[in-house]
Amino acid sequence: MLSKRIIPCLDVREGRTTKGIKFKDNIDIGDPVDMARFYYEAGADEIVFYDITASHEKRDIMIDVVRKVAETIFIPFSVGGGIRTLDDMRDVLLAGAEKVSVNSAAVLNPKIIAEGARAFGNQCIVLGMDVKHVGKSGKIPSGYEIVINGGRKYMGIDALEWARQGRDLGAGEICLNSIDADGTQDGYELTLTELISTHVDIPVIASGGAGEPEHLYQVLSKGKADAALIASMTHYGAYTIEGIKSYLTEKGVKVRPTGSQH
Amino acid sequence: MIAIIDYDAGNLTSVARALSHIGVENIVTNNIRQIEAAERIVFPGVGAAGSAMESLKRLGLDNAIKDAFDRGKPILGICLGSQIILSYSEENQTSCLGLMDGNVRGFSAEFQKAEFQKSGVSGLKIPHMGWNQIRRRSDHAVLSGLRDTDEFYFVHSFFPYPEKKINIIAVTQYGIEFPSVIGMKNMVAMQFHPEKSGRPGLQILRNFCKWEP
Repeated sequence: MLSKRIIPCLDVREGRTTKGIKFKDNIDIGDPVDMARFYYEAGADEIVFYDITASHEKRDIMIDVVRKVAETIFIPFSVGGGIRTLDDMRDVLLAGAEKVSVNSAAVLNPKIIAEGARAFGNQCIVLGMDVKHVGKSGKIPSGYEIVINGGRKYMGIDALEWARQGRDLGAGEICLNSIDADGTQDGYELTLTELISTHVDIPVIASGGAGEPEHLYQVLSKGKADAALIASMTHYGAYTIEGIKSYLTEKGVKVRPTGSQH
Repeated sequence: MIAIIDYDAGNLTSVARALSHIGVENIVTNNIRQIEAAERIVFPGVGAAGSAMESLKRLGLDNAIKDAFDRGKPILGICLGSQIILSYSEENQTSCLGLMDGNVRGFSAEFQKAEFQKSGVSGLKIPHMGWNQIRRRSDHAVLSGLRDTDEFYFVHSFFPYPEKKINIIAVTQYGIEFPSVIGMKNMVAMQFHPEKSGRPGLQILRNFCKWEP
């Protein structure tokens, strides 16, 4: 039986992680390669890197990080943030990432999904979606709207419609981020996650709102997500991957055992 | 020296990196002489069967692989490489290498079959993406030292289906039970990615590098 995946997300700015402030032991809290190794050994199933470097000129720094990560961990990892062109995708994939995630660039230019899927295979292309609850209307029948620029710009696109379109264009997976839940640590947006996951037949990673293991249980069971993204709940040391996974196992959710790396 | 066959089918550098990590000399190549000279061959690949076979033929690698197989050289197929060693793929209706009797089937068609619709689990996503276990049907040196609870990283919509049961070394459950490790003689192939499967995956690569079929 397929395991549900637990995926830590690392925000990287100009080659340094921006959230890892409370790591103990010998981990360089700002070094994404060190943090990737830590999570790999701790039993993470996959890792997501989100490049928040503002300047496009400094993208080479991220490519260097990707290359080093690929030499260090032997599980899949994806890179998102600032991916705008086929060349951006190629750089990241050749450096060793398993997948690339496109978000705003895909909303502004949906063709990029199809081009990426054709060039590198559907399994390489993750459609990142930032979504806000706006209430049902003629234009937004699901009640969830696509936003970009961190939620500041409403795009007038229905989230469910966009997810279906992304799948049809060739995305192999969806990373579904609720802007409403993001940063709250009050739990994932279950209604949204279930809606997308049950109506689109590619895997869905739930993102935004994780604060405790119970939240992962909810989104992986009731929310029907295939994977759950976590950030601060493990970055700051409040929980471990092992602790989360043993909790989920007790609750009857199938996850990969964390002892796998040793 | 291990030759990783380069036929424009996806990210081959990850296999190279994993082999280097376990201290095994390797080269990513489409050069027939280098393939002939290699002691072992890894045949990886992601993508579609149709374009993969086209590339192999264009580069003359189809014969190079058959040759290596006939000469008894250890061959490891990964993902798409575990599929196109069979005779035929339902994906793009493609004639494949035919090193092993059998065909390549798709989850989509399997899930639409009447018997599955009646009793199977609904809502299964395609591709089958993520970590899953394997259940061994027979022992194989390449799988030695693994635990029953070990999981491996899969990402695929099609799977190999050898004609002879004896060629199925391990199976995996995803709605249906499908062959996930297959092999015969000096060839072993897996649908999952050992190079992306953490410790047990690296163990498989180590085993392959020592395997004397």
